[in-house]
Amino acid sequence: MKSSIALNWRRIPERYRILGTKCVTCKTNYFPKRNVCPKCRRKGKMEEMQYAGKGTIYSFTEISAPPEGFEEQAPYVLALIDLKEGPRLTAQIVDIRGKDVKIGDKVESVFRVIQRDDPDGLIHYGFKFRLVK
Amino acid sequence: MRKVCVIGVGMTKFGEHWEHGFREMVVEAGVRALDDANLHGEELEAGFIGTMASGRLIGQEHIGALIADYMGLNPIPITRVEGACASGSLAFRQGYTAVASGMHDIVVVGGVEKMTDLGVNEVSDILGGAGDQEWELFLGATFPGLYALMAKRHMLDYGTTEEMMAAAAVKNHKHGAKNKYAQYQNEITIEQVLKSKMIADPLKILDCSPITDGAAAVILAPMDIAKKYTEKPIEILASAQASDTIALHSRESLTGLRATQVAAKKAFETAKLQPKDIDVAEVHDCFTIAELMAIEDLGFFKKGEGGKATLDGRTALDGEVAVNTSGGLKSCGHPVGATGVKQIVELAWQLRGDKETEGRQRKDAKIGLAHNVGGSGATAVVHILKGA
Repeated sequence: MKSSIALNWRRIPERYRILGTKCVTCKTNYFPKRNVCPKCRRKGKMEEMQYAGKGTIYSFTEISAPPEGFEEQAPYVLALIDLKEGPRLTAQIVDIRGKDVKIGDKVESVFRVIQRDDPDGLIHYGFKFRLVK
Repeated sequence: MRKVCVIGVGMTKFGEHWEHGFREMVVEAGVRALDDANLHGEELEAGFIGTMASGRLIGQEHIGALIADYMGLNPIPITRVEGACASGSLAFRQGYTAVASGMHDIVVVGGVEKMTDLGVNEVSDILGGAGDQEWELFLGATFPGLYALMAKRHMLDYGTTEEMMAAAAVKNHKHGAKNKYAQYQNEITIEQVLKSKMIADPLKILDCSPITDGAAAVILAPMDIAKKYTEKPIEILASAQASDTIALHSRESLTGLRATQVAAKKAFETAKLQPKDIDVAEVHDCFTIAELMAIEDLGFFKKGEGGKATLDGRTALDGEVAVNTSGGLKSCGHPVGATGVKQIVELAWQLRGDKETEGRQRKDAKIGLAHNVGGSGATAVVHILKGA
């Protein structure tokens, strides 16, 4: 699918730097960013939160039937990662096959091409993760 | 709130309908429901239609008006309702609310999806919109992938096996083989499921529901006049809906759907019933792991025991609760917006002991439960129905 330039441009800080938010009121960290803290709602106060990109794998799968834009990468490992600051996010694990991944493995973020639109479309960059040796 | 009954039901065959468009399917299901309720159409006061993605699948929005026009129902109000794969149940719930509140007497509810006008890749991309487009799908997740993440965790935490998941598909195909409306009317074996093509480990193609065209419709009326139209009105004992985070990663637990748990609890409280009272249930088996989690979240089995219960036949036609007698999403097919309404159609047939369920009738079915999920669990709807 060809995607909107503005839609992708506005997410660059979050995708490139793993930039989220934290609620100063209840001390909960969020990724992706939220404008309202779901726990505190009007009483919450949100601030930017920079994540370090370190975490552990909570669950994972190996995708054999890829969506459009990911054909060249399949099969690839997709995981839920618990960041050390708290939030869980969805990301690819690079340079590895599913049989070599375990729940609980330590991972760190890397900057990669996420997907490509049609041959003459956008190339999207952002975070993926790799196992910490 | 007034008591509300289903007085007529109808559906198209589910499958790949190259020769039928969106509007033809809706009209076919609608006319069958009207026939079933002995109505001509002028009795209808309002309608609700569930469809997830007509705008992207066939480029058509303004579905309510289209259907009012092609069903010959102008000028009554018809409203489109969307909640991803739960769109049909949401429409049913809107219809229920409209009658229960006293705003309308006779209401038609439809569900429809026309999915095979596009290729598999485009359809998968569109269905991805049921999840978090920017933070799941964009990063390489797929719907089988999201349910695979749940399955992996369910396997680790409770010892669920691929064989247990496969057993759900085998059972549902066994039921679907007796359903002339089902997309797949063939039986399959556990071995076939286990050997089928890997999609997202541990889910294989035979763990996944298909891409389907189809429509379903039901007619609702208040209890006090329902008997005018049918000898066997099906009473809606409870209607409950709950929400959860759009993305799987924002949830505490992956091994159950909180929205299902909350909606089920509310529905059982309203109906003053318990899970053991349910004879027949249509649950949302978009993937086999989803059925195992559903029968746990609905309270039929303890958390972690859904897999073994399925493998042991406890959800078969003669089990403690007959689950997915229609064949479920897996075998009957999953035209997403139609699924929630089809569940009601199947339950109505079961609770009436209708000839439509020959070969897959749950003996003495009195109470039925419908469970419909949107996306990876961000919406869940539970309805409890009672036969006359």
